[in-house]
Amino acid sequence: MSVTRGQRAAASKRRAAPHRRVPPSGRTPAWWGMVMFVTTEGMLFACVLASYFYIRFSTRGPWPPGGIENPELTKPLVMTALLVSSSGPMLWADWAVRHGRTGQLKGGLALTLLLGATFLGLQGSEYMEKFKKFSWSENVYGSLFYGITGFHGTHVAVGLVMILFTIVAALRGKFSAKRHERVRLVAFYWHFVDAVWVFILFTIYLSPKL
Amino acid sequence: MSIADAAGAYRAAEEAAGERVARHWPEGHGLRGWITTVDHKRIGRRYMVTAAVFFTLAGIEALVMRTQLTLPEGKVVSPGVYDQLFSLHGTAMIFFFATPMLFGFGNFLLPLMLGTRDMAFPRFNAFGYWVFAAAGLFMFSSLLFGVAPNAGWFAYVPLSGARYTPDLNLDVYSLGLLFLGISTTGSGINFIATALKLRAPGMTLSRVPVFVWALVVTSFMVVFALPPLNLANAMLFLDRRFGTKFFVPTGGGDALLWQHLFWLFGHPDVYIIVLPALGIVSAIVPTFSRRPIAAYPVIVLATVATGIISFGVWVHHMFAVGLPQLAMTFFSAASIVITIPAGIQIFSWLGTMLLGRVVLAVPMLWALGFILVFVLGGVTGVMFAIVPFDQQSTDSYFVVAHFHYVLFGGAVFPIIGGVFYWWPKFTGRTTSVRAGLWSFWLVFAGFNLTFFPMHIAGLLGMPRRVYTFSPGLGWDAWNLLSTAGAYLLAVGLLVTLSTLLYSLRRGAPAPPDPWGGETLEWATASPPPTHDFAVIPTVYSLHPLWDQRTLDSFHEESRSPLHVQADGHDVLRTTELDAEPQLGVEMPEDTPVPFVAAFGLLIAFTSLLLGGYLAAIAGAAVFGFSLMWWLWPRDRPGSSGGGERRGEGEGGGSAGGEREEASA
Repeated sequence: MSVTRGQRAAASKRRAAPHRRVPPSGRTPAWWGMVMFVTTEGMLFACVLASYFYIRFSTRGPWPPGGIENPELTKPLVMTALLVSSSGPMLWADWAVRHGRTGQLKGGLALTLLLGATFLGLQGSEYMEKFKKFSWSENVYGSLFYGITGFHGTHVAVGLVMILFTIVAALRGKFSAKRHERVRLVAFYWHFVDAVWVFILFTIYLSPKL
Repeated sequence: MSIADAAGAYRAAEEAAGERVARHWPEGHGLRGWITTVDHKRIGRRYMVTAAVFFTLAGIEALVMRTQLTLPEGKVVSPGVYDQLFSLHGTAMIFFFATPMLFGFGNFLLPLMLGTRDMAFPRFNAFGYWVFAAAGLFMFSSLLFGVAPNAGWFAYVPLSGARYTPDLNLDVYSLGLLFLGISTTGSGINFIATALKLRAPGMTLSRVPVFVWALVVTSFMVVFALPPLNLANAMLFLDRRFGTKFFVPTGGGDALLWQHLFWLFGHPDVYIIVLPALGIVSAIVPTFSRRPIAAYPVIVLATVATGIISFGVWVHHMFAVGLPQLAMTFFSAASIVITIPAGIQIFSWLGTMLLGRVVLAVPMLWALGFILVFVLGGVTGVMFAIVPFDQQSTDSYFVVAHFHYVLFGGAVFPIIGGVFYWWPKFTGRTTSVRAGLWSFWLVFAGFNLTFFPMHIAGLLGMPRRVYTFSPGLGWDAWNLLSTAGAYLLAVGLLVTLSTLLYSLRRGAPAPPDPWGGETLEWATASPPPTHDFAVIPTVYSLHPLWDQRTLDSFHEESRSPLHVQADGHDVLRTTELDAEPQLGVEMPEDTPVPFVAAFGLLIAFTSLLLGGYLAAIAGAAVFGFSLMWWLWPRDRPGSSGGGERRGEGEGGGSAGGEREEASA
């Protein structure tokens, strides 16, 4: 069954790139490893967001509590636009390396890196503003706010290190049409980090307005 | 050429291809070899030995506790020390003994049962072991400084919060479990990838041994169940150290959140421990009933169902908390439902024995003892699913009796049975039957004498976790019996240990297949050579070694380069569902990087505990840079010239050794 699917994929690839005759190879163990890693991370984020709602709905009185205002939306929406759109150049980089265009690979990765780093910078500036109003030890809302966004920010930072690592490897000529699995795995992780942010945006920034 | 048995298959394969393959699978020697090895067999044995050491330490703690409780108003240890003893005993047995021990079995056996030569991520596997060992060291050494965890193994807030436990005890707990979680999650992912991608050709999903199924279901449970635990521990640490308010009611936090997160992990964890142990029983019973397991599809489905349903029963640990009636009704029903798949497995074993011809060898005796004891634990388990009964008996010794029947009966019995069963494969030696019988009967008697009276003490109202009790409450005799039983149990376990140690030194050499087993691990030497199989067989049935075509394939496939993989340190990759052969994959060789990475983590966690945050960052940096060194794409010898052989396919399969996880 998988073989026929693999053969079909190979056939379609031959049509797309007749100069490359690829036998069916299927998913690699590393691909499955990354899928399971992202699954367990996804579960972690699901639990942390569930904890947010658990505490929010068991709190009597206004939310956020303790006279903290609802978060401003402008900056987070800009951050969202940056992070979600950073998946674009990543897709481009992944596509480029599969077709042997390593120049475009580097370009795509660099653009992703830039967008991701800007996201982190904006998050830092948001922290500076917020920290004047409340800290993580103020009350549970502060803990949840900094905990959830900080946890996600850490993931973005790790993703940026991974992208940087990939760029350095690309500059050293380590990737080609035949050899690019790391790019795909890094891209996988990056898309995950982007997608999770949408849920965080909804939970922390949008849901209190509902 | 027709091959008569597993030993013949092994000889045929070695004759045909042994030399060609073995030269690519060298074994490291000395200290360097010991630190750098990525061989799944050495790592698996190491897991088991280390877990056994933790079992012994935690068992000694239990013995001290039983000594304290022999008579009313005992004075062996102080209340404070007693708290640390029972907390560390529970934490260690659950986290540092049961799961790592079973993962040790998995590490050793999974590649052998699947007919391949290593785990999917060998370096990650070595890393997992070093992290486990370091986390165990971290946890146990706390006892020497008097700061071992002391709020019970489930560490409820607010008792475990900074206000009531200001010392380091609970920081050790939260950081130690976070540390260990890295290893457990990694092993789970490794098992899944191995079982999906490295099965011998022909081993379709309907021909996968039940033990492998059990381990894969367990691994999926780990992937989904560990995150809530890790999250809860991270929050607890932040609350205690940095003043966050997740669990602090005065700051708007919620103490019940801890219980939900903990048990959302905690109940699946019971099955994370028990399922692989049931898998061991499913391996032992057919061998000693001389027939394939009865109702294989049903037992597999029951295993999967247990894994899924176990995520919907956690609230039965919280029936006395004061939750809404509707929630309790739902979770009560779910907790009753989960007994059905467990029952199915029991009937499958009984059916196998009924339809087969039972051979009462030592491993089988342990399996039978397990069935008896586990059913008793299951019966009290159903009682806890009933809300009114639970509310009466919760936190009493009845609970202690119940979970020791389930966990000691359900995990330790199969583990010891499994050790006797696979001992020849692990060590190449046979064990004495007479000593094995003594070991079983002593442990069986000691176990029941220890834990059965606890049911009664519990029903008479004795609460768990008390460091002593007053005379005249009707508990004296039962406690005396339990303590006597505990010493008998200790003697039994000592006999077990000496039986094994004696075998290691003086035991007769074991043939490849001493029991006439059905699964592939018996078709290689005892202990297996580093390359496991010279020829990767084609599997034609669920019980490959009882099937002539599979046996013959050990010889016939020696002509196929795909099955021999003699061009390098290679294994064969197959498709996920149907195990159709794809291409060879070059595996990584010995390296010290996993050790260094784990060491960096040890520095990071220890510094975090002691408040040296700069040192913690330095440790994390060591970890990060070793990961980068580890994952840097290298041109490995032989990977450039082998284009045709490896296919150089799309999406990997190119450039050998690129199979490790691409992230932390």
